[in-house]
Amino acid sequence: MTLPTPIIMADDKDVLRDVWFGRIPTCFMLYPDEVTEREAEPFYLLLPRVSYLTLVTDKVKKHFLKVVKAEDVEEMWFEYEGTPLKWHYPIGVLFDLHASNTALPWSVTVHFKDFPERDLLHCPSSSVIEAHFMSSIKEADALKHKGQVINDMQKKDHKQLWMGLQNDKFDQFWAMNRKLMEYPTEEGGFRYIPFRIYQTLSDRPFIQKLFRPVSPEGHVLTLGDLLKEMVPAAIYEPKKYQVVIHGIEPLLETPIQWLSEHLSHPDNFLHICIVPAPND
Amino acid sequence: MSDSAESPTETQRDESSSQQSPADTGDTGASEEKKKIDVLLKAVGDTPIMKTKKWAVERGRTVQSLAQFISRFLKLEPSEQLFIYVNQSFAPSPDQEVGVLFECFGSDGKLVLHYCKSQAWG
Repeated sequence: MTLPTPIIMADDKDVLRDVWFGRIPTCFMLYPDEVTEREAEPFYLLLPRVSYLTLVTDKVKKHFLKVVKAEDVEEMWFEYEGTPLKWHYPIGVLFDLHASNTALPWSVTVHFKDFPERDLLHCPSSSVIEAHFMSSIKEADALKHKGQVINDMQKKDHKQLWMGLQNDKFDQFWAMNRKLMEYPTEEGGFRYIPFRIYQTLSDRPFIQKLFRPVSPEGHVLTLGDLLKEMVPAAIYEPKKYQVVIHGIEPLLETPIQWLSEHLSHPDNFLHICIVPAPND
Repeated sequence: MSDSAESPTETQRDESSSQQSPADTGDTGASEEKKKIDVLLKAVGDTPIMKTKKWAVERGRTVQSLAQFISRFLKLEPSEQLFIYVNQSFAPSPDQEVGVLFECFGSDGKLVLHYCKSQAWG
């Protein structure tokens, strides 16, 4: 890339903000079979794409607990059109994977009974979310820097990453996260790119393999190169599939290193959704 | 989560005769053997050790299902938790497939996992 550097830097910082502040207008509705003492009004919320469902839905819970019989209340869980929503995937990934190309607001069904043990992990408290989030960051850093950057940080630095996400503090989070995005200039990128590829029509949770940002010959590898290796159909049948990250379809020519630095979720993984193209 | 609680499919590996397969690069090859990967299980702290440390585990098996298997093997109380760690650093998500962990974090043809009854690493 030989574009003037200062301009790129200005633009790129904006990308980080746009990703962080991405919101999905959502309408929560109580599952009709839940027993209520009076009718449950829907509840509307702007959900942060980069957060987790169970982290940002206290208000939803409070709202519906006003009408649900206390003795019927078990752990709250969410479902979209029959699919239980995994709280441990970022919200934006859930939306892109299950609800791309549908009308907004996203209509999510709320349950307080019949927890689907086979599909969902329990989330008894926010410390479970924190543990999951920090583990993801550590796993990502194991791929990027053999874990050296995250291991060199102190406990309070880890806490800063988590608190930044929990309290939606962009500057607090990125003051620390930028260290996780560094790499030796001469290497042209991370050791491996932490990515996960999700497909709507797959019984496997996701694809995750080792992939370097630069080829052995020194070529910069792109999103297209990654997909060619992992999910060739997404490249060769472009009419059938859309490749979605944070609700947009990035150009396949985009360097994967750039995507990793700018379009990764706070958990430091680049989450890529491959969904059926709308037939119009 | 999917798991076959009553019928663990691991096969015990005899340490003495176990042949170290050449470093599996994780690509191509769908032979029967490659559907399973070698996992080395190591106890941390005061967690009981397993006499058999090396197991052949199906790639599609989840971390949760493996943890349940270890718990049963060690006859842990249902109330006791079991944490599994990769690289002595992070706890993979319970629905993560061991095959994925093997491809990303395996070395010398096997995946080393540490298990612990309490949270051992951050």
